[in-house]
Amino acid sequence: MYSFDYERPSGVNEAVSAIREDDKFLAGGQTLLPTLKLRLAQADKLIDLSGIAELKGISVSESEVSIGAMTRHVDVANSADVKSAIPALAYLASHIGDAQVRNRGTIGGSISNNDPAADYPAALVGLGATVHTNKRSISAEDFFVDLFETALEEDELVTKVTFPVPEKAGYAKFPNPASRFALTGVFVAQTAQGVRVAVTGAGPCVFRQTDMEAALSSNFSADAVSGIKTEASGLSADIHASADYRANLISVMAARAVQAAS
Amino acid sequence: MTVENGIGASVRRKEDQRFITGNGHYLDDINRVGQTYGYFLRSPHAFAKINNIDLAAAKAAPGVVDIFTGADMVADGIGGLICGWGITSKDGSPHNAPPHNSMAVDAVRHVGDQVAFVIAETLQQAKDAAELIEVDYEVLTPVTNISKALAPGAPQIHEEAPGNLCYDWELGDKAAVDAAFANAAHISKIDLINNRLSPNPMEPRAALGEYDAGSEELTLHTTSQNPHVARLIMSAFLGIAPENKLRVIAPDVGGGFGSKIFVYAEETTTIWAARKINRPVKWTADRSEAFLTDAHGRDHVSHAELAMDNDGKILAFRVSTQANMGAYLSTFASAVPTYLYGTLLSGQYKIPSIYVEVKAGFTNTTAVDAYRGAGRPEATYVVERMMDTAARDLGMDPTEFRLKNFIQPDAYPYETPVIMTYDSGDYPLAMNMAKEMIDYNGFAARKAQSEANGKIRGIGTAAYIEACGIAPSAAVGSLGAGVGLWESAEVRFNPTGSVTVFTGSHSHGQGHETTFAQIIADKLGVPIESVEVVHGDTSKVPFGMGTYGSRSLAVGGSAIVKAVDKIVEKSKKIAAHLMEASVEDIEHEHGVFSVAGTDKQMTMGEIAFAAYVPHNYPADLEPGMAENAFYDPLNFTFPAGTHIAEVEIDPTTGVVDIVDWAAVDDFGNIINPMIVEGQVHGGVAQGIGQALLEGVVYDDESGQLITGSYMDYCMPRADDLPNFRITTTNTPCPSNPLGVKGCGEAGAIAAPAALMNAIVNALGKDIDMPATPEKIWRAINSN
Repeated sequence: MYSFDYERPSGVNEAVSAIREDDKFLAGGQTLLPTLKLRLAQADKLIDLSGIAELKGISVSESEVSIGAMTRHVDVANSADVKSAIPALAYLASHIGDAQVRNRGTIGGSISNNDPAADYPAALVGLGATVHTNKRSISAEDFFVDLFETALEEDELVTKVTFPVPEKAGYAKFPNPASRFALTGVFVAQTAQGVRVAVTGAGPCVFRQTDMEAALSSNFSADAVSGIKTEASGLSADIHASADYRANLISVMAARAVQAAS
Repeated sequence: MTVENGIGASVRRKEDQRFITGNGHYLDDINRVGQTYGYFLRSPHAFAKINNIDLAAAKAAPGVVDIFTGADMVADGIGGLICGWGITSKDGSPHNAPPHNSMAVDAVRHVGDQVAFVIAETLQQAKDAAELIEVDYEVLTPVTNISKALAPGAPQIHEEAPGNLCYDWELGDKAAVDAAFANAAHISKIDLINNRLSPNPMEPRAALGEYDAGSEELTLHTTSQNPHVARLIMSAFLGIAPENKLRVIAPDVGGGFGSKIFVYAEETTTIWAARKINRPVKWTADRSEAFLTDAHGRDHVSHAELAMDNDGKILAFRVSTQANMGAYLSTFASAVPTYLYGTLLSGQYKIPSIYVEVKAGFTNTTAVDAYRGAGRPEATYVVERMMDTAARDLGMDPTEFRLKNFIQPDAYPYETPVIMTYDSGDYPLAMNMAKEMIDYNGFAARKAQSEANGKIRGIGTAAYIEACGIAPSAAVGSLGAGVGLWESAEVRFNPTGSVTVFTGSHSHGQGHETTFAQIIADKLGVPIESVEVVHGDTSKVPFGMGTYGSRSLAVGGSAIVKAVDKIVEKSKKIAAHLMEASVEDIEHEHGVFSVAGTDKQMTMGEIAFAAYVPHNYPADLEPGMAENAFYDPLNFTFPAGTHIAEVEIDPTTGVVDIVDWAAVDDFGNIINPMIVEGQVHGGVAQGIGQALLEGVVYDDESGQLITGSYMDYCMPRADDLPNFRITTTNTPCPSNPLGVKGCGEAGAIAAPAALMNAIVNALGKDIDMPATPEKIWRAINSN
């Protein structure tokens, strides 16, 4: 770790006005801190968001689940309100990383990092969520741009994420055996706007599987998607899985997500 | 009469209180006044010439005390690291052991190779300075795969090893094997890769070097499984200091699995540097360095063939193996694919003739050396995958095929064609018990049920054998070992009756403080709380050979028994004097000395006190009650058994669910069944890790280590493992006084073959380790 300055503001405005080039916001730190420790990243200053009360907390209405950016995965996983409104979202949060990661990691930190194998992007895109920042509201699909890239500007901070409550939703994940990130994760939701199928882990960025969405729109059953193939070209390949295998996992996980949907 | 907490009792581990409450003293817990911090600049390249190293900017950086390179050590007369076991090739030539300096002198040969040692007031300052070192590398094309390294035209890694060959070794009667194959009714063949593993002990390696300018004594705290051997090598071969001026201490050590047997560059550099700067120097590896530099295990490529007659009786076995040594020859690396491997290729079977040839070679990878099992898992894997293949080819049940070919219980001592003499065992018993435990005969019905559920079920057996209790000195000496493999012990009574046991074995998780105390409690009637076991300090314990090869109890425990025998012998003389009887009439049981035919008796404590306060004492006897002993085993020990694994595979993903596991192990007599059970659990977990999850991967072109962290190197976790059904059989070892065989490596030896046989049984086709979901999915979906 290289040395850096540290600030812990108590409000969003204070945080965004403090940030300069080469500074970084610190949320749960589950990616940033290991990267700093390994000297793979360097920051002039860390702006710790943990002191900003307005960024924390969950509120649930009949039509919407709203989660503050600094809400930890464990809090989403354990929230009775989330479990009741969108059980698949609580389930997804309960399977992120391991207990230590869930006790520190936050939704805002996770989506701002946009790791291609993170779980949350699948839920945001699958549910048609909206990302709220200090400047604007961005649809989930517009928010996730590419590998580790989002629509966020330098001085822009995620404040909360709002999820419309679906009719039913399910998430199925094939974990990377080593890291337990999503080797492939599929989030399926039946929403007022139609069926949505979002895939994480398989490609460089979360994406919608529109063939499956079409199939599920007429027949919301596991059988409707288990036979639908995804083109392997453009999917990720590494020592853990080839693109072909990931393409297969999309079909298998989609069917399981439909089966699990509630 | 049984003794409380004696032999056979599942005594809770005495050492766990301090470990679990955070009161252990691991190396990084130890700090010294004036301590500096060392950091190694490591090679980013797999293979490169070093044209120049410019230290000027780094030396001027804040907090830097000094920076050393390999050239400094050479100039100071420090020798290179050695390999302590000489292997002779087929043509009679000695193995090629190229120079292995603690830090690179002219070239780097694997990613992570040591280039410079930066010493600063803080670790941060050392790391900052290391970034200012300018190394002019001339990058060369690397080779990481052993078959490619041994092929013509491969990059030449060491001038001293043409064709990258370390040795081309053979064992067995080639002519007899060829003749048997020529007349065989059936021949089965198999090609296997034994995947390279990273050892991953919980505590990374570390060293703390200190120099006392007044006494000229050097003290090295280090994470070692054998501190005396480390001292011997550093003294005799590297010339760090004479043995009497070098103290090596291995305090609480958090696991080793073999990887801490070896004398490494970092430790030797740290202790050398402490004298150079006349201040304590601490170096602690981080996990990334552990992946890059802890000696790896396995990495064999093998072809095996089995010849059989019409009835399925084995006639002959031949094996050809390529073994990857890595970039340099580690401390005992040469012995692993030869005398710890080829000698076990008879398995549990009566095989009239066997021939094995092994080509070991160098690659641009981390050194490979002993890792839990060391050679014996590789042998068991070849033998047991071969047996299943042969049974499949013959259309026989694999357990029936094994039972037909087992060495029978009345055949001991049994001499194999690969120079081992098995001393005891009952292989059919363990096999039949394991089959019973897992309801082997009910497998077909369970398979049908799985099939109805869309799953593929398989069952697999491994009847393993290992040679442990390493090892008779004369035998290993004749095979090329540079050391004897005896063990030492001292049993020292204190005047008040408590006991301190000094052992040359080293505990880094095995529970010696409990098991060895149980021996004393049992033999001498001393409460276990009153027995202290001291190990791991060359200034405290007699010269010892350390812990590896499941030898601590069979060899180290036997040395303790020998010392106990001397204590008893002396005590009898004192008891006879004090009770006014003749020595011949003194009887001893569990620390009580009595006069035969009378009610007169004395306890061990009373006698020990009399020995230290000898007011009324035999005139011809020395006072005091402390005895030491050195024990050199008469033979290896031969733990053996059968493990059967049952799996269910999801064909849509290729995921293996281990649904059942039965293990029947013969460890001879058992001192602490709870500790033994834990060792089996841990060993099987590691074996399952090798079979399903673990595997070191290097990038073929660049030679970079891809699996350099837990993000990519998959260690087994609790939810990867099944519940185990474990039991033991007991044919006591006839060659040591405790009748024990050793249990530390068995699980890791048996498990990979059992699990892979189960997967192959399910799939109906061969597959290599690690059997990842994708590999299995591809096997299912290929023709």
